[in-house]
Amino acid sequence: MEVVTPMPGTVLSIDVSEGQKVNANDEVATIEAMKMEVKIYAPGNGTIKEIKVGPGDTLNVNDVVMIIE
Amino acid sequence: MQEQIAKNLADMGVFHLTAGNLVMWLVAFGLFYLAIKKQIEPLLLIPIGFGIFIANFPLTGLLGEHGLFEIFYKYGISNELIPPLIFLGLGAMTDFGPVLANPKTFLLGAAAQLGVYGAFFAALLLGFTLPEAAAVGIIGGADGPTSIFLSNALAPHLLGAVAVAAYSYMALVPIIIPPVARALTTKQERSIVMTQMRVVSKGEKIVFPLLGCIVIISLVPKSAPLIAMFMLGNLFMECGVVERLTDVSRNAMMNIVTILLGLGVGSRMTAETFLRLDTIGVFIIGIVAFTIACAGGVLMAKFMNICSKNKINPLIGAAGVSAVPMAARVVHMMGAKENPQNYLLMHAMGPNVAGVIGTAVCAGALISALTG
Repeated sequence: MEVVTPMPGTVLSIDVSEGQKVNANDEVATIEAMKMEVKIYAPGNGTIKEIKVGPGDTLNVNDVVMIIE
Repeated sequence: MQEQIAKNLADMGVFHLTAGNLVMWLVAFGLFYLAIKKQIEPLLLIPIGFGIFIANFPLTGLLGEHGLFEIFYKYGISNELIPPLIFLGLGAMTDFGPVLANPKTFLLGAAAQLGVYGAFFAALLLGFTLPEAAAVGIIGGADGPTSIFLSNALAPHLLGAVAVAAYSYMALVPIIIPPVARALTTKQERSIVMTQMRVVSKGEKIVFPLLGCIVIISLVPKSAPLIAMFMLGNLFMECGVVERLTDVSRNAMMNIVTILLGLGVGSRMTAETFLRLDTIGVFIIGIVAFTIACAGGVLMAKFMNICSKNKINPLIGAAGVSAVPMAARVVHMMGAKENPQNYLLMHAMGPNVAGVIGTAVCAGALISALTG
């Protein structure tokens, strides 16, 4: 399953690493929008398969941040 | 000889300081404290506070005919130059994407202007004259430059109080919005997750400022100074070919005029003009205005939910009070409290920027109604 950005912003940090197991609602990344830090949460349980972006990247709505299996 | 000494002493400001001057210094120091220690609107409160501080020294001549502060005031505020320049900068920072993605949110920004009219009538009841009531009511729009623009046009003697009330309440948005919005919504409503916004094309964003001018300026011509400059700034940003103009509008020029505006506004706040009962009235009505504005937006959102299937989270209505982007952030945090995966920030930006436009339109309408 894909983790997508809910709003345009800049990636501040990726808070998990590939291969890590996550549960639904775990924090997986932090983006900055309108000078505010916004946490992105895992939509479901699984293992982080691939991280698509890094800190500093600019994202649009619905860009894929990472893929969870 | 003795006469000379007496005259020299008499020329020293210290002997002319009044108790009122000292009270105004305390007001200025209070603003410094908020700005430096609490980091509340420091860019505005430092110059305003310093303007107040210096304006309350006797015998400086700064407010005389050719006085420095008088020049800032006369050629920056009194002739209504600076507020539109600030709007140019704001336009160059404002992304209309969220409004265009969901144009319904324009109604929420408009509903929040109820605060302006509610406060207007409250001020009339308290005995303010019509133009004064309009100047005080505009505080409910939560927009600094617009408040200054309008109060200068209609009731210049209240300018200092109106400006400081507007900026103080804007700084208090995180404290004012949550209780009002919570009281008017159920937990269920606050948890409404809004659907993904559509992506707005570049073409739409370029057409919008032009279309906005056509609609707004032809309907409310007196709003032209603010709206035209705002839309020009927005066009700079969205057209993508005048990066340098966008940059100078939102950064360098904005900073320069902010200094002049702050000093000009602060200098209006001498003991004689500020330490009056009117000022207390302005502050009381200001908070009433904010509360009504916030409630108006939320209730409008609830009303729209009755009529439409695509539910909106009524919290975003509260962002219609302008105070960009603070109000939108507060709304976002309230939504996230109910459901951490609910991202209201961008949805709230819609009513938020619509609120700015709404307040400017309101100001134009009040000016034309009251100056004829």
